[in-house]
Amino acid sequence: MAESRTSTVESPSGAEAAQARYRLMRLSRRFEETVHEQFHEGNVPGPLHLSIGQEAVAVGAISPLRVSDAVLSTHRGHHHCLAKGAKADRLMAELLGREPGYSRGRGGSMHVAIPDIGLLGTNGIVGAGIPIATGAAYGMQAQGRDDVTVCFFGEGATGTGAFGESLNIAALWKLPLVFICENNQYVELTPQSVHVAGEIHRRGESFGMPGVKVDGNDIDEVLAAVGDAVARARAGEGPTMIEAVTYRWFGHYAGDKAAYRESDEVEQWRAKDPLVRSRAKLDAAVADELDASAEAEIQAALEFALNSPITGPDSLALDHLATT
Amino acid sequence: MTATTETAQTRSLKTWQGINQALTEEMERDERVVLVGEDVGRPGGPYGVTRGLLDKFGGLRVRDTPISEAVLVGLGVGGGAVGLRPVVEIMFFDFAMIAMDQIVNQAAKFRYFSGHSMPLTIRTMCGAGGPNGAQHSQNFEAWFCAVPGLKVIMPSNARDAKGLLKAAIRDDDPVLFIETLGILPTRRDVPVDEDFVLPIGVAETRREGTDVTVVAIGRLVDRALEAAETLAEEGISVEVIDPRTLSPLDTDALVASIRRTGRLVTATEATAPCSIGSEVCALAVENCLSELKSAPVRVASPFINVPTPVPLAEWRAPGPDAVADAVRKVMQG
Repeated sequence: MAESRTSTVESPSGAEAAQARYRLMRLSRRFEETVHEQFHEGNVPGPLHLSIGQEAVAVGAISPLRVSDAVLSTHRGHHHCLAKGAKADRLMAELLGREPGYSRGRGGSMHVAIPDIGLLGTNGIVGAGIPIATGAAYGMQAQGRDDVTVCFFGEGATGTGAFGESLNIAALWKLPLVFICENNQYVELTPQSVHVAGEIHRRGESFGMPGVKVDGNDIDEVLAAVGDAVARARAGEGPTMIEAVTYRWFGHYAGDKAAYRESDEVEQWRAKDPLVRSRAKLDAAVADELDASAEAEIQAALEFALNSPITGPDSLALDHLATT
Repeated sequence: MTATTETAQTRSLKTWQGINQALTEEMERDERVVLVGEDVGRPGGPYGVTRGLLDKFGGLRVRDTPISEAVLVGLGVGGGAVGLRPVVEIMFFDFAMIAMDQIVNQAAKFRYFSGHSMPLTIRTMCGAGGPNGAQHSQNFEAWFCAVPGLKVIMPSNARDAKGLLKAAIRDDDPVLFIETLGILPTRRDVPVDEDFVLPIGVAETRREGTDVTVVAIGRLVDRALEAAETLAEEGISVEVIDPRTLSPLDTDALVASIRRTGRLVTATEATAPCSIGSEVCALAVENCLSELKSAPVRVASPFINVPTPVPLAEWRAPGPDAVADAVRKVMQG
């Protein structure tokens, strides 16, 4: 059976696949820069958590996936959505509170779920996607499918009880699950050293699953580690814990000036920009074309969103239930 | 099930047997239906409700979990999102407190965010009915009725338990199905038909009457019926309505009855503040003020925690006398 892959990274050759991944990273960066601008224009009627600087984790981790594989995301989930195949225009519309948004503009960026492409949800509750990912992986196993679930969470989520409970169940049942901690150094407004004991990638070891630590700003390193973990999961060998070390360039939310950190720290990490590193491996002319193409898609998405009707009370139909 | 008698159309079953039958039939009918919970496998749960299912359906579909309630419900949410129709058992309602995020913030909002169904049934057991004490006997049904996106069912007998559990499993929304411990060992004639499914959101008039409407749920339904017998001898005609589904509540049926009789008593095993009884009283005042001949009265457990010794727990739960006293009171108004 032919594998149906997430369309944005489908590619016949290695070089073209790398280009597609770079384009997706650029698209993700420009998407967030654009919604950040729109936030300051007053056009985003809700909170916004940016993951600029973390693009290599989302794109690298989701690239090995099929449409039928599941992804659980976080409150910082725009990159995951785009990498799993969400359309930039509808996602932009959602964040701008517009009717064609994925949740009719009612949910905003923390409440995007697109089950048709395997995106089972960003989430407003830190750590809440982890039990759901465990359930999705159980569902795949119970149905005899060779699909896998990839679960993203930040280092802050490793402090929740359900994190440990999920690791136990996933390992016990050998679930097809890849845990990916995006360690971006800050838990809300506090450095991770205040929240996290020990090393996250080693937390799986006591449950008997492999733990891998990767440079989260190097997409090739992320891709290789997740590719191995996905293959392991598909083969019925169980879950893997991956810690991708990266950095959140901006504050916890749009508007947070992040005065709690040193400016030279930010500069040091900006010098490790995953986009610059990825771009350096491409032909410059090709990269220019990819940048232009991503830019055109973002501008079209913005235009689409701004020209779409603002979600009003009429849109709040009582469709909480399928049947009443 | 040796102690059951069988007729052509119905079979006398205990409530726990009706639930077991509903699970068995639905799992046979639809391979997407799975059962997940603590001790649901070999032991069949503390009261035998899931007995025999592991042997019949195997370990992938009847899955014993660690003591991890939050993830247990997450297994249902994630499983429901990828094509299963999970039935998740939270052994005692009290333990749902540990899984509140997954029930309230995740399962109940999935459709609102995604437009997709979440065919998840959460079964749990509530109320007094054994020496279980203050952390294994609570009635939290009203909390969950305050959550948009959740359906809440509380049957009062074996027949309804079977028909409504089958409805819950076939429903495309998350349903909280609350089994009252006090009725698990009680018997009813239950239809044998494998497609006996009761509608969600429809109340049942358990006894017709003209003087007072008693809206009773769960364990209090049989007690209200017993009270009605006593009161009939005193010349008071009591109508007993069992909402069966607490959310959505069959408001039309309740309001119509209250308008007809002009008097209301509610009866629940829960404590009164912010209870289903309170909600029904509010409905009566909002919709039937001009027809009301007296102020509605709530029969409920006293506002204290559940004691462990069975006689004390039984003293706390309202009995038929409490219902009868409340009816006499509203008759004087």
